[in-house]
Amino acid sequence: MHIVVCVKQTPAATQVPVDAATGKLKTEGLPYGLNPWDEYAIEEAIRIKEKLAGSTVTVLSLGPARAEEAIRAAIALGCDEGAHLVDPSFDGTDNMGSSYLLSLGIRKLNAAKPVGLVLCGKQSNDNESGSVAPALGAWLDWPSVAYVRKFASIDEKLAKIERAAEDGTDSLEVDLPAVVSVIKEINEPRLPSLKGKMNSKKAPVAKWGAAELQAEAAKVSAGGRLEIVGQTPPPPRGGGIVVPGATAQEKAAFVANKLKELKFI
Amino acid sequence: MMILCVAEIRHGKLVSSIFELLTAAKAMGQPVAAAVVGGAAASAAADTLKGRGFEKVYVASHASLDGQSDEAYAHALKAIVAQAKPETVLLPASAQWRAVAPRLAVLLGTGLASDVIEATAGADKKVQVVRAAFGGNVLSKIAVKGSPAIVTVRPMSYTRTDASGSGAVENVAIAPAGWKVKTRVTGFAPEAATEVDLAAAEKVVSGGRGLGNPQGFELIRKLAQTLGAAVGASRATVDAGWIPYRHQVGLTGRTVRPRLYVACGISGQIQHLAGMSASDVIVAINTDKDCPMMKLANFAVHGDLNEIIPAIVAEVHKLRGEAPAMAGAKKAYCRASFSRNSAASAAAMPARASAVRMWRASCSARSRATPPTGRSTRSTSSST
Ligand SMILES: Cc1cc2nc3c(=O)[nH]c(=O)nc-3n(C[C@H](O)[C@H](O)[C@H](O)COP(=O)(O)OP(=O)(O)OC[C@H]3O[C@@H](n4cnc5c(N)ncnc54)[C@H](O)[C@@H]3O)c2cc1C
Repeated sequence: MHIVVCVKQTPAATQVPVDAATGKLKTEGLPYGLNPWDEYAIEEAIRIKEKLAGSTVTVLSLGPARAEEAIRAAIALGCDEGAHLVDPSFDGTDNMGSSYLLSLGIRKLNAAKPVGLVLCGKQSNDNESGSVAPALGAWLDWPSVAYVRKFASIDEKLAKIERAAEDGTDSLEVDLPAVVSVIKEINEPRLPSLKGKMNSKKAPVAKWGAAELQAEAAKVSAGGRLEIVGQTPPPPRGGGIVVPGATAQEKAAFVANKLKELKFI
Repeated sequence: MMILCVAEIRHGKLVSSIFELLTAAKAMGQPVAAAVVGGAAASAAADTLKGRGFEKVYVASHASLDGQSDEAYAHALKAIVAQAKPETVLLPASAQWRAVAPRLAVLLGTGLASDVIEATAGADKKVQVVRAAFGGNVLSKIAVKGSPAIVTVRPMSYTRTDASGSGAVENVAIAPAGWKVKTRVTGFAPEAATEVDLAAAEKVVSGGRGLGNPQGFELIRKLAQTLGAAVGASRATVDAGWIPYRHQVGLTGRTVRPRLYVACGISGQIQHLAGMSASDVIVAINTDKDCPMMKLANFAVHGDLNEIIPAIVAEVHKLRGEAPAMAGAKKAYCRASFSRNSAASAAAMPARASAVRMWRASCSARSRATPPTGRSTRSTSSST
């Protein structure tokens, strides 16, 4: 099976300073790495490849020049080759534009070698929108299943899947090709092997821009859909109090009274 | 101009998130309609909603919509949108609708803002949202310009409106056979029925490595039952196998935004805070009075959780006028599950904003300096 894993290179940080004057994020100098959620998608792709003889895994990433590092990192983990969607006109696109571009990349890969499965992490650690995988399914007119915690079985035509919901686990069957986004529970990602590291240096990574993808500018540009008005750090939380009392019982009584005052009990 | 709020049905039951969307939509000052997609339960849900503050309730019902297929749900909702012609569509940011909304946005060729914590009407009547990124450490204000604007709203961001009214139900014709749906739901394994759902919980009691061993969660469950709260956990305890992953709160777990979060034996590393620091009121119980969680907490209880937790359970029973460790715990739990499943209890809950005001007032008298690590995030990332 030809499996495609979509990965994103994101800031390896949870604290990102905001420029108070412009309301923009100060991203210069931040360390970048593979979006942590994508590591589970990569691992699952490799596991399926190991199960289904003759499989290959292609890593697909949309991003600026530096995003090639993320593609090579995924190859070091065991993927075979990469495709990098890179073009100045792609900068600043939104979730709809990103998923559109990725769908064009998959169409190209699919034309060269039919794709059976597209795997994504459930969301990115920067935008946390979780919308790219389902949108990708819609652009391709393929089924999509999000928040997947297990592949119960998979062959060339059909995947049996477990999906996590708030109130329990759904079991589903999905005809392939399909787009699946996975959660952390699905596996324990491996570390890169020596062979993988060697391969990551020489494996081919195709570079496709707007022309190669025949991307429609209106679908790429976020302008007609979303506009970022401003970004701020969250307001600081007010200071709290240290609960007074000499004994556990006194402290507990104080807490219980507070809970009552606040109508929690 | 109209706002369409999408109702979630899980296993035949209407989920109360629709009444949170109603609150958000009403504040935007436009007519509000509801959309219901589903199998047989959809019609019953629509009948409920027409008497609950929605002027119109659009229903797309078909036996094939009983189990959630994202493709089918997106198509059904697209048919409703074509008939209702809303300016804005609000959906719950649940596992179900967070997955369907992007497909809908593609089908409609419009813009999507997901998992927002605030949605307001901008000057040009376009919807403006606030959403969190980077583990809750950045808040982005975004104008959604596409039409209709598709917006998923994080659970617990709004109180539930408990209104009455006499709206009308309108059926929307759909033809699922033409959608060529390729996913089929074949089964469902529910969580243990005694558990309160984390994401929608008003109150969460969480345990960390300070519990010492897996049995420590018995204490956590006892306090949770007493308060009618859901059980959360730090990653340290999940990785140690003390409790299943679905309880994990934090960057790589779930994001919660309860009115009350009780952190027991949790140090409050940034990755844990990413999942809970937007809670209204935080109580920390810890032997280390200087750890980040104690600095962040509104009420920092310095002490051994093995003594403090049972003492709090006893004091709460005392305040309720109940004998400790008896039917009280069970009763508290029933209240919690009721408030989760039935919007009828919404009126009984104190409004979120007023609860916040109350603790601010109660803290200001004795407030101390803003803690250095207390990055407060009014909001954080969501997860399943
Ligand atoms: C990429 C990444 C993602 C992560 N994602 C998450 C996530 O989603 N969620 C998460 O929680 N963590 C996450 N972590 C891990 C996080 O960094 C911390 O390691 C973890 O939160 C610590 O858990 P803890 O507070 O239970 O344990 P500890 O940090 O060990 O804290 C235990 C606390 O218990 C207190 N204590 C001990 N005994 C007692 C007692 N008798 N009574 C009262 N208090 C006591 C101690 O003083 C201490 O404060 C992530 C880490 C990484 C690198």
